[in-house]
Amino acid sequence: MATPSYVPARTTESVLATNKVIRNTYTLLSMTLLFSAVMAGVSTYLVMPPMTYLLSVGGALVMVWFVLPKVARSANGIWVVFGITGLLGFGLGPLLNMYLSLPNGPQIVGVALAGTGAIFLGLSGYALTTRKDFSFLGGFLLTGFIVVLLAALANIFLAIPALSLTISAVVILIMSGFILYDTSRMVREGETANYLLMTVSLYLSIFNIFISLLHLLGFAGGDD
Amino acid sequence: MDLWMKIGSAVLLVTMLVVLIPRARQMMTQSPKGTTSQWVSFLIPVGVVVLFVLLLMQLV
Repeated sequence: MATPSYVPARTTESVLATNKVIRNTYTLLSMTLLFSAVMAGVSTYLVMPPMTYLLSVGGALVMVWFVLPKVARSANGIWVVFGITGLLGFGLGPLLNMYLSLPNGPQIVGVALAGTGAIFLGLSGYALTTRKDFSFLGGFLLTGFIVVLLAALANIFLAIPALSLTISAVVILIMSGFILYDTSRMVREGETANYLLMTVSLYLSIFNIFISLLHLLGFAGGDD
Repeated sequence: MDLWMKIGSAVLLVTMLVVLIPRARQMMTQSPKGTTSQWVSFLIPVGVVVLFVLLLMQLV
């Protein structure tokens, strides 16, 4: 049977749509990371109190769960994405001030930043070039993250340093999985994938890897 | 960690659990089962990440 003439055209269209989603996602991700870094710089300069971190993360999560899904398909969604990432960046100020006050603080922050970038680029590159399907990871990663949250909740009261370090290490692994999962979704879903939701999802993975890496490097550098 | 930070962290974590547990249940039922080769293709890059983090910890 002859192949219908519209099939190759649709395939090309689909590939172009996928590439457009990937390009839009990475462009917006770079812009939000830059904006987030500026907000973190402002917060560090203003020496914000530690509670800023909790309030910023709480505010950002409310926007992620309740505001973003409603505006993700509209033009206003982009401002919500900048709001979320700006708030999370601003929340980093107290944390950065704490690490920067250590004798090798600037080195720890610099290595955490470079390490996060390398992990993200490496995993994204792997998922984009191999085009493997990581959709099977969704339930496993979210369940793993819930176990981590329960452990973190217990450790607020137990205050065991070893458990705290284990949580940070596991968060890095889970967020690495989420980068593979989200990148694979972007490749497979193509035009149906929403680049605003993809950007926020990838941003949250990068944010969590950075914080956890900062914690592990802070310990290795001798703060705990 | 002072008391208010502990209370705030606990509230935030409980809220996250309340929101995420139903989503995790839904995803567990909807996610396809991974084959051995798919799991290997996940474990290899994650193993590289582990080694990379250990290397970074040696650097600081």
